[in-house]
Amino acid sequence: MNESELKAFIKIVTEYFESITGQPAKMGLPFIKDDNTDVFDFTGVIGVSGTRKGAIYLSAPRELLQEFGGYILEGDELQDSELYDLVGEMTNTISGNMREHFGASFFISVPIIVKGKIDDIQLKLNPPVYIIPIEWQFSHCHLAIGLE
Amino acid sequence: MKLLIVDDSNIMQKAIGKYLKEFNLEIVGYAGNGEEALVMCERYKPEIVTLDITMPKMDGLTCLEKILKLYPETKVLVISALKDSATGLKALKLGAKGFLPKPFTPQDLQEEIEFICGDK
Repeated sequence: MNESELKAFIKIVTEYFESITGQPAKMGLPFIKDDNTDVFDFTGVIGVSGTRKGAIYLSAPRELLQEFGGYILEGDELQDSELYDLVGEMTNTISGNMREHFGASFFISVPIIVKGKIDDIQLKLNPPVYIIPIEWQFSHCHLAIGLE
Repeated sequence: MKLLIVDDSNIMQKAIGKYLKEFNLEIVGYAGNGEEALVMCERYKPEIVTLDITMPKMDGLTCLEKILKLYPETKVLVISALKDSATGLKALKLGAKGFLPKPFTPQDLQEEIEFICGDK
């Protein structure tokens, strides 16, 4: 991962939140994931193959997903099963949008959703894994990128 | 007109249905992958299909080819997070009537459907 790729991810996440909700997300300073980097309630993982190999995940708390999903569904409250679905769709959208930057040989899998701790994610991610902290509507989540 | 919504995300299925509720469309079903979509196309013969690309079992572009081979009059709007121009062009070359990248607003979707239905 280089600086231009990280900036592309940040741009996509910022625009994604803004296009759906009208409220842009603020990005924190990216850092390298270590053993102390925790995850939030729900995590969507996308495997990446082709010109780049590894994985991307978005991890978010229930409250953020509930709020964000409310914008997509025009005010409807989301059930627990829909929060799983939503975090997968968000990860899919962010990862898929990166094809504009990486090109058509950047292949993404369907999302895998995990609730709570996720030890096996580490297996798919190619280190170093960059964490991009995201703040939106006073709530926090993060995007992790581990690509060869 | 009969509409089939194909997306592996239930949230997106719901959202697409909601955004199009003011159109004179009868939603005949929701499919979560390409295989289900083909079964529903055979059963309901929808005139319009919104079709995601990245899905389990059968992806949207494979499904698009199969739908148009069997039912060439079907108007297919491909809706995908794969927003690179090569993917959009491929969908159009395969016969899709439109390509809408995710994320999209209700207005974006409504405009695409109006265009496809010939209202614009």
